[in-house]
Amino acid sequence: MTQDLPEHPEHLWRNPEPRSSYDVVIIGGGGHGLATAYFLAAHYGIRNVAVLERGWLAGGNMARNTAIIRSNYLWDESAAIYEHSLKLWERLPVELDYDLLFSQRGVLNLAHTPGDVREAMRRVNANALNGVDAEWLTPSEVAEVCPIVNVSDNIRYPVMGATFQPRAGIAKHDHVAWAFARGADRLGVDLIQGCEVTGVRTAGGRVTAVETTRGTIHTGKLGLCAAGRSTQVAELAGIRLPIQSHPLQALASELFEPVHPTVVMSNHVHVYVSQAHKGELVMGAGVDSYVGFGQRGGFHVIERQLAAAVELFPIFARAHVLRTWGGIVDVTLDASPIISRTPVDGVFVNCGWGTGGFKGTPAAGDVFAHTIAHDEPHPLAAPFSLERFETGALIDEHGAAAVAH
Amino acid sequence: MLLIECPHCGPRDETEYHYGGQAGVPYPDDPSALSDREWAAYLFYRDNPAGAFTERWMHAGGCRKWFEAVRDTRTYAFESTRAAGRADGELGDGGGER
Repeated sequence: MTQDLPEHPEHLWRNPEPRSSYDVVIIGGGGHGLATAYFLAAHYGIRNVAVLERGWLAGGNMARNTAIIRSNYLWDESAAIYEHSLKLWERLPVELDYDLLFSQRGVLNLAHTPGDVREAMRRVNANALNGVDAEWLTPSEVAEVCPIVNVSDNIRYPVMGATFQPRAGIAKHDHVAWAFARGADRLGVDLIQGCEVTGVRTAGGRVTAVETTRGTIHTGKLGLCAAGRSTQVAELAGIRLPIQSHPLQALASELFEPVHPTVVMSNHVHVYVSQAHKGELVMGAGVDSYVGFGQRGGFHVIERQLAAAVELFPIFARAHVLRTWGGIVDVTLDASPIISRTPVDGVFVNCGWGTGGFKGTPAAGDVFAHTIAHDEPHPLAAPFSLERFETGALIDEHGAAAVAH
Repeated sequence: MLLIECPHCGPRDETEYHYGGQAGVPYPDDPSALSDREWAAYLFYRDNPAGAFTERWMHAGGCRKWFEAVRDTRTYAFESTRAAGRADGELGDGGGER
């Protein structure tokens, strides 16, 4: 866990001036935008691509997450796309020739009530039917996987068992972003930072160009990967999205020797914890209830998650919180993402990942790139269209999303 | 931590409140006349501004009454709060982040 981090070359990508036109323009230089650009160039044969980022690469939610990766979702559509993502995570370090520090240390999702237990067992069975690795563990088996979990029955919400996905884990988010950025850059993609999109031009219901703070850029295809800012960016093209943006907080402790061998999540008492490669305890909770763009959340959320963490992990009682931070997540009513064509021809959206965007980064990049390249949804993306809000074919993942939305 | 001005009870901590999303979204006069697209717009589409937002809150830990607030979603500062259903537009003093 305290392995040496690899050395980085001085420059991982060029810093080009924007050209006047591209085959595809991606708005948003976070994990999803970079992954989309990489897959467009590497797998779908479109290399005349620009990624426009108003700030700096991967400085938004990609720099503000708890880095958890898993695919144990309930519904077939979600299990399929997140399992596709997990399989990509397993092969990407070789494909990108970059150590993502992807650590398959497993994820425990704790159950604290009879309702939790039933839901968890249902999910284990659903996962098994979908080829996703999952097991039901008793409290004593939980303690074998993660000895620091308090499995005694004298706490307010005793651990009644857990689901366990052994192939799940964490990766180092910065390395993920840098690996995709370097991979895309080497294939000719222009990564343009400090470039805010201020307008979208259309003609005859089709996108023709974007206006930016660095000039007009012509394109016939535009992909939106703006996470918390998705609604604002889509509005530039006259597209309304069923999205609300909420603050989601996380925090990290000082560095410790390895004490926490896996990832532990609890919906019921609402905390999730892993130990980062350097040794920090990294914890998160649910989103703040209200709409917000301030990249910070309420202190009471931190108080509650720490109370839950200390009860579940008595060993944490004397740990110090070193820093807290917040990202802005774009949340849909069914807690599932939107990967879709839009009413404007040539404009595609990838948004609504809510609290699950990091684990979905490779799959989002792959299926969104396919959707853009072929002008029709990738089979794994098709259920996640905007039309589902009209047809009623919602993918209600509030339970398996594991975080209150 | 937000200090929110309940129009009935005065300023209270945000932990006493329940959030209710955008205010002023009327139930359709004739739901059966709506197309699927219009029904989806009513159910799932809300404003999401980076700036002033009129929204509903409920003082769950106090009077349990709903009220409307105007809040800046960038700073989280409340500009005003107003009891629900008051047509005279009279505003409370407004809470704020303290």
